[in-house]
Amino acid sequence: MTEEIIIAGFGGQGVLSMGKILAYSGVMENKEVSWMPSYGPEMRGGTANVIVIISDERISSPIVNYFDTAIILNQQSMDKFEKTVKPGGLLIYDPNGITRHPERKDINIYTIEAADEASKVGLSKVFNMVVLGGYLKLKPIVQPEYIHKGLEKSLPKRHHGLIPENEKAIAKGKEIIKEKYLLN
Amino acid sequence: MKELRLMKGNEAFAEAAIRAGADGYFGYPITPQSEVMEYLMAEKPHERTGMVVLQAESEVAAINMVYGGAACGKRVLTSSSSPGISLKQEGISYIAGAELPCVILNVVRGGPGLGTIQPSQSDYFQSTKGGGHGDYKLLVLAPSSVQEMADFAGLGFELAFKYRNPVLILSDGAIGQMMEKVELDEQKPRWTEEEIIKNTPWATTGKTKNRERNIITSLDLDSGKQELHNIALQAKYREMEKNETRYEAISCEDAEYLIVAYGTSARLSQKAVDLLRAEGYKVGLLRPITLFPFPTAVIAKLADQVKGILTVEMSAGQMIEDVRLAVGCRVKVEHFGRMGGIIPSPTEVVDAMHKKIIGG
Repeated sequence: MTEEIIIAGFGGQGVLSMGKILAYSGVMENKEVSWMPSYGPEMRGGTANVIVIISDERISSPIVNYFDTAIILNQQSMDKFEKTVKPGGLLIYDPNGITRHPERKDINIYTIEAADEASKVGLSKVFNMVVLGGYLKLKPIVQPEYIHKGLEKSLPKRHHGLIPENEKAIAKGKEIIKEKYLLN
Repeated sequence: MKELRLMKGNEAFAEAAIRAGADGYFGYPITPQSEVMEYLMAEKPHERTGMVVLQAESEVAAINMVYGGAACGKRVLTSSSSPGISLKQEGISYIAGAELPCVILNVVRGGPGLGTIQPSQSDYFQSTKGGGHGDYKLLVLAPSSVQEMADFAGLGFELAFKYRNPVLILSDGAIGQMMEKVELDEQKPRWTEEEIIKNTPWATTGKTKNRERNIITSLDLDSGKQELHNIALQAKYREMEKNETRYEAISCEDAEYLIVAYGTSARLSQKAVDLLRAEGYKVGLLRPITLFPFPTAVIAKLADQVKGILTVEMSAGQMIEDVRLAVGCRVKVEHFGRMGGIIPSPTEVVDAMHKKIIGG
């Protein structure tokens, strides 16, 4: 199994930390992982993206240009990354702020209204975990117990009190992810 | 028991340096290597091992603090990125001339000038042909994973002290910024003052009655003596070539075509090799791990076996000159690369291989 994922959105949305928690969960499950951020002047408000690869085998290139899954959280990222999903692959996006919806007919497309849901239930800080939950519902590439360990490892100890809230958000994401377009 | 962590390349290097028993780090921040000092500052190694971590007022100051520390037989290091490494060149030349051990990390970004903060490999010439003045060589290690960022901190000190020579770790922004699994060695104790005196009889550790003064300098105004010094340096570099050449050969046994690439480019090229093999082409990858000494002999040998060689570098083509020197004119050698901080994709490497080597 090799899963090549791009997560892309605004800086400050928790794109990089979502990738980090996923990657750390993979480490906990003894898989090979890589986490390659777009780094630089792309802080809060700019665009940020990260390539996460989780595999049972040694990872050759941490940088790839086609993905099994794209998780897209703003319009710029949609414009840039819709075309990079492998045929038959998966695209998940939050329609909040999206003006041009994906049009491809050779991939599976799901929506997750994570921003709305997170603010409704007062979980806006764990918006990214709602998205992660949605993804894990569709592709349970790491088991929940390892996600818990991943959270423990990637959050500093002083924030471990927030783990239940993060797990609640992941559960919420699993509930609210919706099919938009499915291949036969 | 080794410890398993998920870390950025820069952080892994910093942690590994502490564990290798380093005495001091002197640096100045610059993207994309700032995590090295950030990690060290947060980790407070002076509380763990007594290691000093100091932010100097400039790169020039930092490298000269390394010069001073190394002269005292301490295990010292610095890190920077391309423009900062350029500033350090005078000091590096002096350290090479004075034959002192130290470890220098360059997390390369695109140039020339201030350039960009994105990854590049355009400092190959600077690193392997002598970025400063004079006939000197650095021992250059090129990590291509976070694990090697950690491993080469310890290996760097080992080689630096073995040859009394600066070791340069030539990384790039991608390796520095990405996170991978890394196994960390156990903490090695720092040398005690007695061990330093014993292990570095050349260092300025304080003159005792029963030995001559140790003088650390790169200056000798007597040209005859300076020439002898240069001859000795060259002999040392030939020893390094004999003993320290390192490389990784991937799928080379039956290869009809070859890619030569180091660092991040080697990772991309490995994927390209997989893709090309899936298409039915027998392609191998030769990854130099030491850039000086360069794995000339193995490339020369492979030149007799393959129909064409592509070098992949994130530059206008620098290492290709060393590959061509190794190959002579026996087989076609072409370059593919991107510049200015762009990382090519594995499929671009596949296309280049088709266009320039297989179909060309």
